[in-house]
Amino acid sequence: MSTELTIGFLPLVDACLPILAHEHGFAEEEGVSIRLVKDMSWATVLDRLLYGHSDAAHLVAPLAIATTLGRGRPAQPLSVPFVLGLNGNAITLRPELAQRVRSGDEIGDPAEAGAALKEIAEERLRAGDPLRFGVVHRYSSHNYMLRYWLAACGIRPDHDVEISTVPPPFCADALKQGEVDGICVGEPWNSVAVEQGAGEIVLSTAQIWRRGVEKVLALREGVLTEKRESVERLIRALCKAGAHFVDPANWELNAGILARPEYLDGSAELIRRAISDQLLIARGGPLVHYPDFMFQHREAANFPWVSQAEWLYTQMVRWDAIPFDAEECRKAAGVFRPDVYRSALLGTGAPLPGASSKVEGSLASTTVVGTQQGSMTLEKNVFFDGVVFDPSDIEGYISHLS
Amino acid sequence: MRIAIIDESAARASIIQEGLAALDDCELFVVTERRGLLARMGEIDPDIVLMDLGNPSRDVLEEYFAVSRALQRPIAMFVDESDDESIAASVEAGVSSYVVDGMAPGRIRPILDLAVRRFNAFSRLQQDLAEAKSKLAERESIDKAKRILMDSRGLPEPKAYAELRKAAMNQGKRIADIAEAIVTAHNLMGNP
Repeated sequence: MSTELTIGFLPLVDACLPILAHEHGFAEEEGVSIRLVKDMSWATVLDRLLYGHSDAAHLVAPLAIATTLGRGRPAQPLSVPFVLGLNGNAITLRPELAQRVRSGDEIGDPAEAGAALKEIAEERLRAGDPLRFGVVHRYSSHNYMLRYWLAACGIRPDHDVEISTVPPPFCADALKQGEVDGICVGEPWNSVAVEQGAGEIVLSTAQIWRRGVEKVLALREGVLTEKRESVERLIRALCKAGAHFVDPANWELNAGILARPEYLDGSAELIRRAISDQLLIARGGPLVHYPDFMFQHREAANFPWVSQAEWLYTQMVRWDAIPFDAEECRKAAGVFRPDVYRSALLGTGAPLPGASSKVEGSLASTTVVGTQQGSMTLEKNVFFDGVVFDPSDIEGYISHLS
Repeated sequence: MRIAIIDESAARASIIQEGLAALDDCELFVVTERRGLLARMGEIDPDIVLMDLGNPSRDVLEEYFAVSRALQRPIAMFVDESDDESIAASVEAGVSSYVVDGMAPGRIRPILDLAVRRFNAFSRLQQDLAEAKSKLAERESIDKAKRILMDSRGLPEPKAYAELRKAAMNQGKRIADIAEAIVTAHNLMGNP
């Protein structure tokens, strides 16, 4: 008898692992059956999680931490035993702006595009019509990546430009109507905007932080404790789904599954591009291959590094204008649960890092790292501005940022 | 009290509106258009906002409220932990609600309960409609299957129906399923 776990998700390509774990029977092999519940806003995904309609959710990572800290609603502790993927988002600008910040058919360079954008932002601010950006949620990696890039290029997100929330399905329309000048969103929504001629892709978020944490599998802390064994089975199934997802032999098949009405209800062609790291950055242009645009499996990509949660907390301090608090920082760090990940995958072939925290953005080249199980090399993981996040000095990092 | 109903389904919005219209001293505003949502909220300046859970603009609205609160504007989410049960009922029914901070729970409760009941009534209507539609589709395939049996085996209509029923009983299936199979097989054999 397999236990059932209900998982909430938003129709985005990076909801792939739970969907494929279900569709390819990896979950059933592990003795869990997955019931998927699709919603159209993060608020509803979160409501279902908090009121017990779902056991787990595909969630933007910062929202798991914000919920634990009680930002925007009463605090409810969430736990993240598995990261569903890294990056996979892009910044898309209206075509006339995109053409001013990057050249030709190439994806932009973050520093150069940022410098060009700064000039435009200043022009627009002087004209009393500041640049407007849409992100998918206040507590999303999209918001933090966009702000990180802007700020590092000398554009102050809360003064020089306006950033507001635009739901992913409305991004292309908002660009087309001129409600926003740029969006930072996951796939397939950048590609939808490109196909409609409403925007052109300027950067992938992987260029801002080469290994940036994106969606996570979040559960209420109490549910994790109560259903620990089933959750560990689920983690093993999701890991198998990850191996299947990144294998080029399966791209066609998986794109077809994800495109179905009950999942993304979208174009298999656009989904296939995202999962094969191919981007059409401008309508009518060539496909550009950007390696590791999405990052779902290699290098223990799903391992919930405590340092990733801490980095997200530093961005929350930075942009919520609520000062650093050691107790809050400890709570934020505690959301990511490498202990559960390890216990689930111990004895399988999956590599397990020796440490639970790392200096983020410090690797400029491929490095072999110590493991508890298996062998593991980590590739370049830098932030585009070269700044390193050392979790042993969080306050120092925050003061350096502001 | 000013109540905004935000729903992309105009049909559902009017069912809720109709229900709430019975309340005294309530002014109702229905918003079905996503464009200009926040500007509309500014104009309406509601005390209570009701929004369907399936609306992608919930994240937009929540951000707006979070920002408004920072500016000391009086609107806040209805997330009083003491009232978990009523929120759970809302989530169940598919409606989310946002209420001005400091409003007496006694005034809010009847409105939310009513909204939840109207939402539930709407989903029952939807269900009935879906059932009626599927019944209609079933009747159509039964008629088609009867016609196929009548044409290919020269049976009179009552006999054709009896054959369908017999097959269904023998195989422990529904008559509609047997009819569906006959129609599919018939089409596969190259018949229009």
